[in-house]
Amino acid sequence: MKYTPNPNPVVDEMLQTMGLSSLSQLFSDIKPELQLDRELNIPGGCGEMELRSHLKELAARNRNTEDFPCFLGAGAYDHYIPAALEQLLLRSEFYTAYTPYQPEISQGILQSIFEYQTMICSLTGLDVSNASLYDGGSALAEACSLACVNSKGRRKVVIPDTVHPEYLQILKAYSLSGHMDIVVVPGRGGAADIEAMLAAIDDQTAGVVIQQPNFFGIIEDAASIEQAVHAHKGLLIMAVEPISLAVLKSPGEWGADIAVGEGQPLGLSLSMGGPYLGFMAARKALMRKIPGRIVGQTTDLDGKTAYVLTLQAREQHIRRELAASNICSNQALCALAASMYLTFVGPRGLKDVAVRCHQLALYARQALEKVGLHLKFEQPFFNEFAVSISNPSVANRRLLENGIIGGYELEDALLLAFTEKRTTAEIDRLAAVLGGK
Amino acid sequence: MNIPGDLLYTKDHDWIRVEGTKGHIGISDFAQAHLGDIVFVELPELDAQVEQGQAIGVIESVKAAATMFCPAGGTIVAVNEELEESPELLNEDCYANWIAVVELGDQTDLEKLMDPAAYTEYCRQAEAEE
Amino acid sequence: MNKLIFEKTISGSNAFSLPDFTSGQPDWETAIPAHLRRKDQPLLPDVSEVEAVRHFTELSTRAYGVDSGFYPLGSCTMKYNPKINEWAARLPGLAGLHPFQPEETMQGALQLYYEMQEMLAEITGMDSFTLQPAAGAHGEMAGVMIIKAYHQHRQDHKRTRMMVPDSAHGTNPATANVVGFDVIEVKSNSRGLVDLEDLRAKMSPEVAGLMLTNPNTLGLFEEDIKEIADIVHDQGGLLYYDGANLNGIMGVTRPGDMGFDVVHVNLHKTFSTPHGGGGPGAGPVGVKAPLADFLPVPVVARQGETYRFDYQRPLSIGKVKNYYGNFGVIVKAYTYIKALGGSGLKEACQHAVLNANYLRHKLRGTYHIPQDRLCKHEFVATSRNQTPQGVTTLDIAKRLIDYGYHPPTVYFPLIVHEAIMIEPTETESKQRLDDFTAAMQAIAQEAQDNPDLVIHAPHDAVIKRVDEVTAARKPVLKWEGR
Repeated sequence: MKYTPNPNPVVDEMLQTMGLSSLSQLFSDIKPELQLDRELNIPGGCGEMELRSHLKELAARNRNTEDFPCFLGAGAYDHYIPAALEQLLLRSEFYTAYTPYQPEISQGILQSIFEYQTMICSLTGLDVSNASLYDGGSALAEACSLACVNSKGRRKVVIPDTVHPEYLQILKAYSLSGHMDIVVVPGRGGAADIEAMLAAIDDQTAGVVIQQPNFFGIIEDAASIEQAVHAHKGLLIMAVEPISLAVLKSPGEWGADIAVGEGQPLGLSLSMGGPYLGFMAARKALMRKIPGRIVGQTTDLDGKTAYVLTLQAREQHIRRELAASNICSNQALCALAASMYLTFVGPRGLKDVAVRCHQLALYARQALEKVGLHLKFEQPFFNEFAVSISNPSVANRRLLENGIIGGYELEDALLLAFTEKRTTAEIDRLAAVLGGK
Repeated sequence: MNIPGDLLYTKDHDWIRVEGTKGHIGISDFAQAHLGDIVFVELPELDAQVEQGQAIGVIESVKAAATMFCPAGGTIVAVNEELEESPELLNEDCYANWIAVVELGDQTDLEKLMDPAAYTEYCRQAEAEE
Repeated sequence: MNKLIFEKTISGSNAFSLPDFTSGQPDWETAIPAHLRRKDQPLLPDVSEVEAVRHFTELSTRAYGVDSGFYPLGSCTMKYNPKINEWAARLPGLAGLHPFQPEETMQGALQLYYEMQEMLAEITGMDSFTLQPAAGAHGEMAGVMIIKAYHQHRQDHKRTRMMVPDSAHGTNPATANVVGFDVIEVKSNSRGLVDLEDLRAKMSPEVAGLMLTNPNTLGLFEEDIKEIADIVHDQGGLLYYDGANLNGIMGVTRPGDMGFDVVHVNLHKTFSTPHGGGGPGAGPVGVKAPLADFLPVPVVARQGETYRFDYQRPLSIGKVKNYYGNFGVIVKAYTYIKALGGSGLKEACQHAVLNANYLRHKLRGTYHIPQDRLCKHEFVATSRNQTPQGVTTLDIAKRLIDYGYHPPTVYFPLIVHEAIMIEPTETESKQRLDDFTAAMQAIAQEAQDNPDLVIHAPHDAVIKRVDEVTAARKPVLKWEGR
């Protein structure tokens, strides 16, 4: 397959214009001993027909969630993606475009980002949003880092171990910087241990993290944490799930300073873990501190409304070694997908999706209890919970044999998630297989 | 290039006007001209104990962010809050619109600064290098 | 004129619906206590499907992609995004995989991931790869974390500094700062290359490493790269390769053979995945064997014909991202590499370098080119010849918009005054390059005969130049009109 448009005679013509006779002369600035004396050991190229066969063969060897009901959650959820979204995202002016640094030629993209920022603020109940970060975990790391940098010398970030285990691994890597000390507080009964958290919060605390719902699907009560962290002049950081925000108390209502989260449920396919969408919103006071690109509304020379990347003095290309974040490329097309999703489902639709997810979880609880299985934690949940099972991997194997992709394996439980794509029939089958001996 | 004669200057293009034990500090004409339209001033922290050369604030324009380094050590006893709403005042008159007031600690810090003649020459060399 | 989606709300017009819930609806509100429930309603647009589709379609008409026209953005490698890649990433058997599915249900995907690790290692001359970072800067961060972890593991705690050239892309010093290093700059010499004397003077046992791009940000190959590597290695430092400019050497030489210890590549540059208006990209990181232990987890390993996730890596820096990386982006780059094969990758590089030198040759004289000699895939010009008329690089960029082009990269690298960085890539025809040359020459002529036309450009775009000052002084970052 070739994407180079100049055939050999044209190549020769171009070389001649420069007084050259072969392409290899264009590399005379590279010492011969550095140049490869062989072809790259990558099998010869192929045309589209062979590519299709090869990729289809690789894809066919996988069980995918379109063919098998999937009860996995753990941060990535099998939600319905509207057909219109899939097609609009293929408009090449969107997906083959660069970052909108030249506003005159990219008003469409800049406006879409402004709309996305507005929707994220609206969902989180906060004042300002950026144009996206890589994913929920790295967004959380950026928020914790911001809290430390903003706190004039504090380094402590308090976080319960009821968050996504990968969040803790990401924070561990980011704290290699030496700017952050991550203090992990063991949870209790599947939720954050409020007393232990309060005991850990002091005048050295830059930020406190609450994940909502937490990794086990449980809805945390952050009220006393919020009071404590603010009494000590730290920041409250909430890692939230966007669909749940249609019905659950928003970070703004909780009094959070920063909200981050994984935006994958908003119209992004599961795609084995990426590309996903990290969102971040914050209170107005942190506007000039948050990382990532931000679009602002302004006017042009004729007074027309226009959109432009703004507050760039925060970013790496200006701050360089003084930058608090190094982010450059973000997840722009994924953010566009999210604002398309929210537009296509609409306010009532989003609430319907959220309520349906929760109702199916309630239905599943009843179905599982009927076959003698019980929730591991007796706590309010949104659309995900852990059901106690003596041998989770064996249970998952049985589910797979019955054409069901099961749950996330905990030590003595299965973490099961329920989205609007699941049916009661599927849940009945799940319960039957899990309950069967 | 406006370089008032009653001030002392740093190589980071900050100035200080000493009156008794206090010093008003700000950024010079060279600094504001090179930054362009100033959009935000991160003011020094009130009551902070600062040393000469310490980073105490940031001046942001659309295309740049410049750290403000303290011309002479002491305690920050006042900051110009007008600059929060109107950062453009620094472009309009960077000498009348001071950024902070320092209650000076060690007055020998001032000996390390440039007088107007030395600063004029310093600016001339900086511009030649561009 | 162009309404925001919120301004098009007609309450009740959205008709999205779910299947009926047939088995008796559990009362959802009592299960979630009131103090955990939301009181307000989030503001979202309420529009019909047809109006939503028209809204986004209209937005796309005020955007410009590689499919719209020539995009000579230096250091971005805006090459054509093959459509077969889009098809591949959307296959249900790849797009429909949950990351935590049992490994045995994802063997085809894991094979693709594993082969990608291997192919990138071969292309760059490195020993092991991680595909986890989500962007080039993310890869830089992972790579610099690996360098830090390596020194810490050797109990070498005095390496607190990281070196970058003064021509470096902003992400390099930003990354070093974010990972907790002090940044020192090494100067470029009069030929636009790393000044070896300055490097020798600044390299010390306190420096953890040097971050370099090669070809550098002027599009020039660092001819003394072996000496540079020796200077850094002799003092125990590591050499980091910023792969943004890999398109200028791919298939001809390899960073691993030049002495680099850690590299990152940009799949959304060299490997044709689309830029998406700013992302998503992917920034895989490759290392030489002594550093493999520090790679983020998991790595995909092969045992016979089976592929699995390897988490048993106790020295790993941990994770920089949830799950395994931007898999959907990786699929597109994999398809591209398979399409081209080894010889095709080399040919892409050769044509990229041909196109850049051809343009340099054609624009010389009209535009000042500070380092006017053989370049690789990009070169830097300036607006110095137009300065006497009061015309700047910014003006020329804006006037190019009137001619139907996306402007080149401007005001980067910082060491060149009024820089214009041009990278045509290999997917542009001679005709396109000749047309672009004609436009640039016309603008140069306008700068002479009628400079105001250039100074006040663009004239034909949907808006004129914007007030960036007010946007930054008094930011309006969301719609307030509820």
